[in-house]
Amino acid sequence: MIVHEDVICSFCGCLCDDLTVEVEDNQVKRVKHSCRLGASKLMGHDRIKTPMIRQNGELTEVSYQEAYDKAAEILLRAKHPLLYGWASTVCEAQKKGILLAEEVGGILDSTATVCHGPSVIGIEEKGLAGATLGQVKNRADLLVFWGCNPAEAHPRHTLRYSSNVCGKFTSEGRKCKKVIVVDVRETRTSKNADKFIRLKPGSDYEVISALRMILSGKAEILPDEIGGVSKAELISLVELLKSAKFGALFFGLGVTHSRGRYKNIDNALSLIAELNAQTKFIIQPMRGHYNVAGIGQVAAWETGFPMAIDFSRGMPYFNPGETAACDVLARQDTDAALVIAADPASNFPRSVVEYLAKIPVIQIDPHENPTTFLADVVIPSAVAGIEAEGTAYRMDGMSLRVKKIVESSYPSDEEVVHNIIASVRRLRSNVIVEGGT
Amino acid sequence: MTAHYLASDNLFKRKDVVVITKAIMISGRTLAQGAGCESKMTQEYFQAVSICSFSEADYKSLVQAEEKNVLIRSRFGQAVLSARMDSGLPEGIIFIPMGPWANVLVGPDTGGCGMPQYKGVEVEVEATASKVLDIRALFSDIGRIEA
Repeated sequence: MIVHEDVICSFCGCLCDDLTVEVEDNQVKRVKHSCRLGASKLMGHDRIKTPMIRQNGELTEVSYQEAYDKAAEILLRAKHPLLYGWASTVCEAQKKGILLAEEVGGILDSTATVCHGPSVIGIEEKGLAGATLGQVKNRADLLVFWGCNPAEAHPRHTLRYSSNVCGKFTSEGRKCKKVIVVDVRETRTSKNADKFIRLKPGSDYEVISALRMILSGKAEILPDEIGGVSKAELISLVELLKSAKFGALFFGLGVTHSRGRYKNIDNALSLIAELNAQTKFIIQPMRGHYNVAGIGQVAAWETGFPMAIDFSRGMPYFNPGETAACDVLARQDTDAALVIAADPASNFPRSVVEYLAKIPVIQIDPHENPTTFLADVVIPSAVAGIEAEGTAYRMDGMSLRVKKIVESSYPSDEEVVHNIIASVRRLRSNVIVEGGT
Repeated sequence: MTAHYLASDNLFKRKDVVVITKAIMISGRTLAQGAGCESKMTQEYFQAVSICSFSEADYKSLVQAEEKNVLIRSRFGQAVLSARMDSGLPEGIIFIPMGPWANVLVGPDTGGCGMPQYKGVEVEVEATASKVLDIRALFSDIGRIEA
């Protein structure tokens, strides 16, 4: 048996780097220190066994090369293909994906657009007062969780980085910290809070604006109740925020998925900037997939834009609302899709999925999911962080190297995308040599 | 166009009075949903995600002893889900774990920023004797598989 220490978990944006994984006969037998989510991923699930191409309605086993060639053929035939996903894979595969999107004149978009895409847009507009999770661990004495539920979505966040951990200047852990939860419902996270503030759904923008007004001394012109919260309670909240030596506000999909979307984030960023006139305060999105932050980084350094990048004009073009995956599908402005490390059939609105089902779909994924139901080409790949190594970005922007801890017969996502690019180039040169169109 | 995802039309043949309640639907992550998100073909995932949680008062007013399922309808589609009670929810707000059942109810508009409104969807809810569709049946009318 081989015992791997300090394994990085490749499930969520926490990228916990303290797991112990026991491997025997090239199989993960036991995982220590992880949460339920990480253990579930590392212990593994049923896999797609072989590459497949849909023929006469049935997915039929083919060789990898046949699958690469069919994928290339679909992408070359398409006028405006969508290359979507990229969050649950490593930066090396993402970099190849951007090259592929550029070569076929398609749109590259990541799962961020249905997750923290509005946060990225808000941050582009306003800038972000940030810190590493190490700084939060060592210094933060007041934690705000707004529209997020780390107890279920990032189970070790509070234990490793935020409210319940002991740090250099927070040596008493939870005892020396104040925890505030703002949400529309009570959650497992709110049970750990010193103060829970319940909003009406879709009222984040109004409540953040009220906090900013109170902070700037204009409380008297506010109504008695804002977004279901009394003015008195908001005044008390502002006093608590100002009392922090180092405050940290973490926000989740409760803010990005609700009415207001990126404007909610824009407003929250302004609140934090204004709090920094009085004390030290940082703000951070709770990123979901383990490397969704990475695709934003890779896309930004390769193209200048973080997501929803359209290469059909011969240069990168970014206009979320026009070039984001849900928009192009809803507008029926794409005629083929390559989906990697994502499951849009499950995670997009149904009416959008109905159009996805009408166009050719290439799926690259270790596991069967509803996107497989729609796929014409299915290419199984290795699970990054278990069967393949690579670089991933933690939710605070720290880059870490995920390990390979078992051997696999599956190619990595990077290899798969590399080989599709090779097929695209070969098929395209054949057409040119043969004088075809 | 409104899509229909009922397992049967039994609901419309019932003679007793059907209680219809308006609510706001929010979808989101849960521990069980996350643990199952890479094994979506399993019964565990089905049981974790094809559910809808109600406040105690809403649950008691809607869900009859013999019917534990609810039909939830938005202007974008409708789905049958298994009902649960969650004391953390206020009246008038229902919670569905993120996934293909919740997304039947979500519209395509992104407000110009790429993001559909997954939370804050206006819905109508009523008890039903219809069955919850499993994951293959849910996609049988649009996918390329037989249910």
